[in-house]
Amino acid sequence: MIDRLATNARVVAALGRRSVIQTLRRPQLAAPLILFPTALLAIQTAGAGRAINLPQFPPVNNFLSFMLAGAIVQSVMMTGNSGAIAFAIDIEMGFTDRLFAAPISRYAVVLGRLAATAVLGAIIAVYFILLGLIFGASFNEGLAAAVWIIVLVAASALAFGSIGAAIALRTNSASVVQGIFPLVFVILFLSDAFFPANLMLDPAGWIAQYNPLSFIVNGIREPIIAGWSLTTQLKAVAAVIGVGAFGLTLCRFALIGRVRRGV
Amino acid sequence: MIGRLRTGWRTWTAMVLALVRRALNEIFRVPGAAIPGILAPAIFFLGLTSVFGSLTLLPGFDTHSYQSFLIPVSMLQGAGFTGAATGVNLARDIEQGWFDRLLAAPAPRPVLLAGLVLSASLRSLLPATFLLAVGFAVGVHWPGLLGLLLALFLVMGMAVVAATWGTSLAFRFRTQSAAPLMQIGMLLAVLTTTAYAPQNLLTGWLQTVAKYNPVTQVVDAARQGFVGDVTWANTWPGLVTLIGLAALLSFFALRGMHRMTT
Repeated sequence: MIDRLATNARVVAALGRRSVIQTLRRPQLAAPLILFPTALLAIQTAGAGRAINLPQFPPVNNFLSFMLAGAIVQSVMMTGNSGAIAFAIDIEMGFTDRLFAAPISRYAVVLGRLAATAVLGAIIAVYFILLGLIFGASFNEGLAAAVWIIVLVAASALAFGSIGAAIALRTNSASVVQGIFPLVFVILFLSDAFFPANLMLDPAGWIAQYNPLSFIVNGIREPIIAGWSLTTQLKAVAAVIGVGAFGLTLCRFALIGRVRRGV
Repeated sequence: MIGRLRTGWRTWTAMVLALVRRALNEIFRVPGAAIPGILAPAIFFLGLTSVFGSLTLLPGFDTHSYQSFLIPVSMLQGAGFTGAATGVNLARDIEQGWFDRLLAAPAPRPVLLAGLVLSASLRSLLPATFLLAVGFAVGVHWPGLLGLLLALFLVMGMAVVAATWGTSLAFRFRTQSAAPLMQIGMLLAVLTTTAYAPQNLLTGWLQTVAKYNPVTQVVDAARQGFVGDVTWANTWPGLVTLIGLAALLSFFALRGMHRMTT
């Protein structure tokens, strides 16, 4: 039992390392995952910065502190989508089939890809935390907040990546996975990633109150703009677990479907 | 001499129309490729109006309808994406060697460029029309016939600018990998204006950039009718900006085309 777990852990680590190296080797493909949210963060912070003067806006030092969490989850969701595209390309090119034919767990193959997405998520979190510090965001809870944000973001990346991986496994097509990209923005706009839900127009504002992404965003945002609150953090963790469980269940069904279809 | 010129014009017009027809055929033959360019600005429009709609409550905001304030920006964004797509398609034609055959044809280079640019200009009406339909459904003010025609004319002009930008980059890099550069260039040009809020409500660096970004004049001109009345004083700076940008970027595109043959 322990031997099998150790073998699977080695497979996950090896495939995760391969995926991270693959991403870092082609920075021109990875750059938009960070540059686009950074550009949007800069523009929205300066374009809608006076929003903090609105009566019901939560108390913040500046709009950047509020927006930082939104930029992080945007970048993370794009990274999850990008990881799923890379996974679909591996499937299209037959690389994944060779792994599935090897005497290793199929779940370890999927988790290897997701581990890489989690690592990239952590890198993204570090980048945005540094960016925030440079441009005037304040972290009310100090280093502990930064570490917690990195952990939460890495776990969110894995959770959102699992949904993309399931679509890749089900469709075997990079272009189909790429086609879900606009959905990333639909989900973002229907959460309070960019604005407090109570100030958003309905029905988006109403949906944002129940969107799991809102709970995750608030978990990241709270230590930046206010202080710790166990309730908010538990909600964020529950949302990450929920999204991850949903994605991994879809992956399981997709893997079973592949075996049934003889793929 | 005049007869030869007249024949030349007729041939050139036929060439331009053939290139436009080819580009428009792509919409019907591969409709899936056109859908993201139509849907993306609509998603951004609906998303941004839902998220930032309360900004109109700020003192100094010149309308109570954020949908009316934002729709011209989304239409120009759609035109930017369409123009960038022209650059990507050209890069594909260059990669596959099809454009080399065009260059070998006895057609003046400005005619080839005109075909590409005009097709982008016409294609930009697709996302604009879709956006207007969505916009009116969610409460965008009727801008009046003059305001509507002006906005559509400026959208077509913006597509010309974006197409010349896209084709310049396509001739420079000769690969579809330059696509993000084509798209993000146009996105930044449109968003670093008074896209989100009026000039007096912008903050920090954007207040300065928007003041000097020429595309701000185009956004403000296209916004007339949707927010306030159409006036010549607010129209001509937008028109002059589009003509200037199109002329400048056409020069770079033609120079790029020239370098392909030397």
